[in-house]
Amino acid sequence: MSILSQVILSSLVKAGVNFAVSVPDTLFAEVLEKLEDVGIIHVPVTREEEGVGVAAGAYLGGKRPVILMQNSGLGNCMNALLSLNKTFGIPLLMLISQRGGRREKVVAQIPMGKATIPLLKAACIPFYVSESLQQLSEHVVEAANHAWRDEIPVAVIVRRELVEEDRGY
Amino acid sequence: MKRIEAIRCVVEELSDELVVCNIGYPSRELYSVGDRDENFYMLGSMGLASSIGLGLALSTRKRVVVFDGDGSLLMNLGSLVTIANRSPSNLTLIVLDNESYSTTGGQPSYTAGKTSLARIAKAAGIDNVLEARSPGELKRAFNESKGKTSVIIAKVEKGNADVPIIPLSPYKIKKRFMEAVKSGHAASTSN
Repeated sequence: MSILSQVILSSLVKAGVNFAVSVPDTLFAEVLEKLEDVGIIHVPVTREEEGVGVAAGAYLGGKRPVILMQNSGLGNCMNALLSLNKTFGIPLLMLISQRGGRREKVVAQIPMGKATIPLLKAACIPFYVSESLQQLSEHVVEAANHAWRDEIPVAVIVRRELVEEDRGY
Repeated sequence: MKRIEAIRCVVEELSDELVVCNIGYPSRELYSVGDRDENFYMLGSMGLASSIGLGLALSTRKRVVVFDGDGSLLMNLGSLVTIANRSPSNLTLIVLDNESYSTTGGQPSYTAGKTSLARIAKAAGIDNVLEARSPGELKRAFNESKGKTSVIIAKVEKGNADVPIIPLSPYKIKKRFMEAVKSGHAASTSN
């Protein structure tokens, strides 16, 4: 397993996360496979907005949920993050893999790549952008505590460049 | 049957079940029929009632009952697929199908046309799909569904009851609901 995957799994456990919803993503592929192995209930969903609903229900049932998704999915769930999580005070840790960066090869990823942080800012959703694997590990725990303390969604942006760090580029 | 009658006949059967209710008039009708701490009234996020119910059912041993609508479920059909594949036995999804978007002025939904939500639910992989057209049928379907992942399509008349808005803050709805979830037993991870 890659160091990135190990860092994500161990920091989710450290953050007390015990419920995950996900929409498939290459960067998180190993993590999604191993979530149940580290004791986190994992519900793959068909669309990000559905995932926000499932995670909210899990929180109401006493769980600490995370959603794992690509930044393209942020646009698919914005209304739910605002009219469900923000309205009721329902926390959610969001791990967002960032596509549309410097070395993106798929042209359709670029507009949302550029819009991701402005969208989070416009929605007043706090976010952490990790520059290293060490920082990512700290950010996941910090963001989870932030979400639970303030009863809001909080995002951690996982940049593709971290995989390059992982591979020793 | 009117939608409020459908809601009332299910409420009469409830004890400690957790109820998630769709936004708009359905929540207002539920509140007026029988407010309880175990009711979670949605105020936004149209389409997500069944998803909230699924997450809840996977996190508690209590029975979870969802009042959804045809228009709302059509917004989130993928939810039926996820419910079918996770299939928590404590989840009952009741779709109050009035073939229209009543809260926003009665525009027809496609269940007024060619679409059958019961057939979609079955094709999604849900084994226990029931249909009800009267309070008696709905009560029977509700009681038969205990212990099985279920979808009940309750055909109801168009229109809304003349009921006031819910005088509770979102935070209050959440807080008392979460306390009700905790009461009685510890949360389970067995699902």
